[in-house]
Amino acid sequence: MNAALIATDLDNRPEGSDGADQLGHFVTGELDLSHGVALYLEDITVSFDGFRALNSLNLTIDAGELRCIIGPNGAGKTTMMDVITGKTRPDAGKAFFGQTIDLTRLTEPEIAHAGIGRKFQKPTVFEQHTVFENLELAMKTDKRVWQSLMAWLSGDDRDRIADTLKLIRLDGEAGRPAGLLSHGQKQWLEIGMLLMQEPKLLLLDEPVAGMTDDETMRTAELLVSLAGKHSLVVVEHDMAFVEKLGGKVTVLHEGAVLAEGALASVQNDPRVIEVYLGR
Amino acid sequence: MRKPLIVRILSALDSRAWIALAAFLGVALVAVPVLHLAVPEDSALHVSTYAITLIGKIMCYALVAVAMDLIWGYGGILSLGHGLFFALGGYAFGMYLMRQIGRDGSYGADLPDFMVFLDWKALPWFWTGSEHFGWMVFLVLAVPAAVAFVFGYFAFRSRIKGVYFSIITQALTYAAMLFFFRNETGFGGNNGFTDFKRILGYGITTPEMRLVLFCLTALTLAATLVFAAWLVKSKFGRVLAAIRDAESRVMFIGYNPLWYKLTLWTISAVLCGVAGALYVPQVGIINPSEMSPGNSIEIAIWVAVGGRGTLIGPVIGAFVVNLAKSWFTVSFPEYWLFFLGLLFIVVTLLLPQGLVGLWKKLMKKEGVAA
Ligand SMILES: Nc1ncnc2c1ncn2[C@@H]1O[C@H](COP(=O)(O)OP(=O)(O)OP(=O)(O)O)[C@@H](O)[C@H]1O
Ligand SMILES: [Mg+2]
Repeated sequence: MNAALIATDLDNRPEGSDGADQLGHFVTGELDLSHGVALYLEDITVSFDGFRALNSLNLTIDAGELRCIIGPNGAGKTTMMDVITGKTRPDAGKAFFGQTIDLTRLTEPEIAHAGIGRKFQKPTVFEQHTVFENLELAMKTDKRVWQSLMAWLSGDDRDRIADTLKLIRLDGEAGRPAGLLSHGQKQWLEIGMLLMQEPKLLLLDEPVAGMTDDETMRTAELLVSLAGKHSLVVVEHDMAFVEKLGGKVTVLHEGAVLAEGALASVQNDPRVIEVYLGR
Repeated sequence: MRKPLIVRILSALDSRAWIALAAFLGVALVAVPVLHLAVPEDSALHVSTYAITLIGKIMCYALVAVAMDLIWGYGGILSLGHGLFFALGGYAFGMYLMRQIGRDGSYGADLPDFMVFLDWKALPWFWTGSEHFGWMVFLVLAVPAAVAFVFGYFAFRSRIKGVYFSIITQALTYAAMLFFFRNETGFGGNNGFTDFKRILGYGITTPEMRLVLFCLTALTLAATLVFAAWLVKSKFGRVLAAIRDAESRVMFIGYNPLWYKLTLWTISAVLCGVAGALYVPQVGIINPSEMSPGNSIEIAIWVAVGGRGTLIGPVIGAFVVNLAKSWFTVSFPEYWLFFLGLLFIVVTLLLPQGLVGLWKKLMKKEGVAA
């Protein structure tokens, strides 16, 4: 691995940070989006005790794309995110981030450092930590032990956290333990943590579950504004939300892609209708 | 503005904690020595040798309890093998103390008595350099660190957690105890090391030496508390608490829990080793029973009684339980283990936050009533 030790994005570092700090972090290969592909899954299969949660799944996400994934319960949407983030190893298939980064060979922290951030289906924030601390922990920085021991928030860091707090409308709650937030607020906090990581690819698993309609629409606006600079994969059941996002839609069913295209065309696909109605 | 590290370490304690710490050091470093040396023995104010040895010993235990609380209270990892690291530090320093006996042992030989008894003609290789104070102090730190690091690396890398981890640590200390019991291992078998005479050439039982060891222990305990406060308040401490509460989430934001746990685990083991090294010259003996599984469980009980996840809790727990123990073992020796078991059950069921939690609750009630 040593030979491939390359700092990810030397030019993208927040100002004032110490250059040498970041060198030599554990990333294999450099993120290469030059061919316009952010994520490439080929023939991914995952079995749990013989049951195929993913069955030769193929999926390509373009750089800067906002993709929605829909599909009935148990279709394999969360399992797909587990494969991308290193939580679950596929039994077969390829998973590449950009042209060069082989996701099946990296650990969870390495994948996170390579630039993939994830929001979980069940909101998982650090309940004992304050809202501010949750964002601080997520913030993009050198995350090795020694750096954490010596860590000291700079003015810029505080500004970034303050900006994110405003964006997720939790600036009044910065000092509260995250466990005391409402479900919708936890969802927002988790989105905020995702943003603090400054990932290139964002995976969001049912981000608006438990949000009010108003919060849902604001989330949609935020995600749309992120597309272009970031690639996003959003799993959601809420069709109004999916419509608002406006991107291409992929329908998963029994661990494979059933249909792909604009929302309207997918919704009129007889196979999709059957899957949703036939249950 | 980036403050220097030393300032950050010193600002980890609030003013109340500093006052308490200063009071503790004032008593330990000034009052006790004066009352021991300058006040006549028949005076009520005289601090006896017995008291100094007892309190010195308990301060060593308190140090172990703080180390245990770091890994258990803040890291969420219950070790039931911390007695091993304590014993390793104790044995390392004990080797030096054995060499300081010189030819004053019962056989008048250059080798420690137990080696003469085994008919050994030369020191085993791992005793090389044991006559050097500096080298043995280094080993006091390095041996527990190395054992903890290697064991922890494999345990944490395999993601062994919870009760499985606790059981494996019990097995580890038990296996080590059996190993040290063997005479051929080269650490004095079941008798261990005892009959120490000197440290750095000075008599080990003189009042002055006792006070030096006592004050050194007090200083070490105080410094450890400051260090631990800084550690748990640093970002490192926040990452560890996050690992304790939601480990997989921490991985997905880019931290590798392995190195965080391993660092805390190794620091904790080293602190235990230091405590063991301070303990042995004060108590005058080290033998494999220090590694018995029960000893390690007792350490966890001190922390639970005092209140885990607070730094003062383990110190209080170590003092309360061990003062009770020294009273019991004089008055009703046969009931001590029953009492200890009962204490553990009561604390677990009724006082999950230990004595510190009880105190906080009482203060709150009073605050509401007032
Ligand atoms: N660790 C596991 N062990 C066994 N089976 C699993 C495991 N994880 C997922 N599954 C199964 O794999 C299938 C796909 O699960 P997955 O969570 O990916 O579905 P999903 O599309 O996210 O569904 P939902 O919309 O309910 O979140 C389900 O049948 C589930 O029961
Ligand atoms: Mg799911």
